[in-house]
Amino acid sequence: MSKLTLDTDGDRYVVVKRRFAASPEAVYRAHTDPELIQQWMLGPEGWTMPVCQCEPVAGGKIRYEWTNGEGGGFYLTGEFIALDPPHRIEHVERMHMPNPTPDNHIVTTFVADGGGTLMTMRMTLPDAATREAMLATGMDRGMEASYQRLEGTAGWA
Amino acid sequence: MQTTSLDATLGALSDPTRRAILARLAQGEATVGELAAPFPISQPAVSRHIKVLTEAGLILQRVDGTKRPCRLAPHGLDSLEDYLETLRRGLEKNYERLDLILAARNDGASPIRRK
Repeated sequence: MSKLTLDTDGDRYVVVKRRFAASPEAVYRAHTDPELIQQWMLGPEGWTMPVCQCEPVAGGKIRYEWTNGEGGGFYLTGEFIALDPPHRIEHVERMHMPNPTPDNHIVTTFVADGGGTLMTMRMTLPDAATREAMLATGMDRGMEASYQRLEGTAGWA
Repeated sequence: MQTTSLDATLGALSDPTRRAILARLAQGEATVGELAAPFPISQPAVSRHIKVLTEAGLILQRVDGTKRPCRLAPHGLDSLEDYLETLRRGLEKNYERLDLILAARNDGASPIRRK
């Protein structure tokens, strides 16, 4: 059973909701502590984050670097805009593949919910050109190959 | 906004003739007869491929007298479904790992290094 919901809001936003069996403080910390981020913000199996820079203050820098250990890799940079621990994080980020994608503006909120936490993440939906670049669908190489490639490039931070 | 399912899109793209039809349409609008010309298959067979591509939201067909010219759907391949599904899969993996980290903390058996 998936506890995650992912919906588009108009054609500009994606809203993700997920419940966690932990306090807002714990979930917030897992989103702002580099040592914790490195343990879970890894996307599909097989990827690691050898570099994780995260300065959770307004204006603080974000830099995440992922590798699949087989020469594949990309990175993300961003800046925090505003933080209200443990309730709200507002930041921008962009993927570098290696060309930077347009800024993705993300607001993440953590609300106490029945002994746990409801996280809501509202992010910018990349435009069609950016999605195509992210997915880099190579029809001549077959969809399965593209699927394997795109798994590393869809922006799951 | 793409409303067809990811399965329909993947199914439509799984066939080499349909991929060739899309490649031809990437150069511009073409009639069914023009699309059928390069293939050693009947025009009705090509029409069936076109129907699959149309139902997958990848191409559009208009009526022009007795002709039914086809063109690429403007957003047919913009991969919104692919993008959202890939995003969902990545996030689900992330949050499953986060669940384990949070549970370990709650149990007091935390692998988390404290500062």
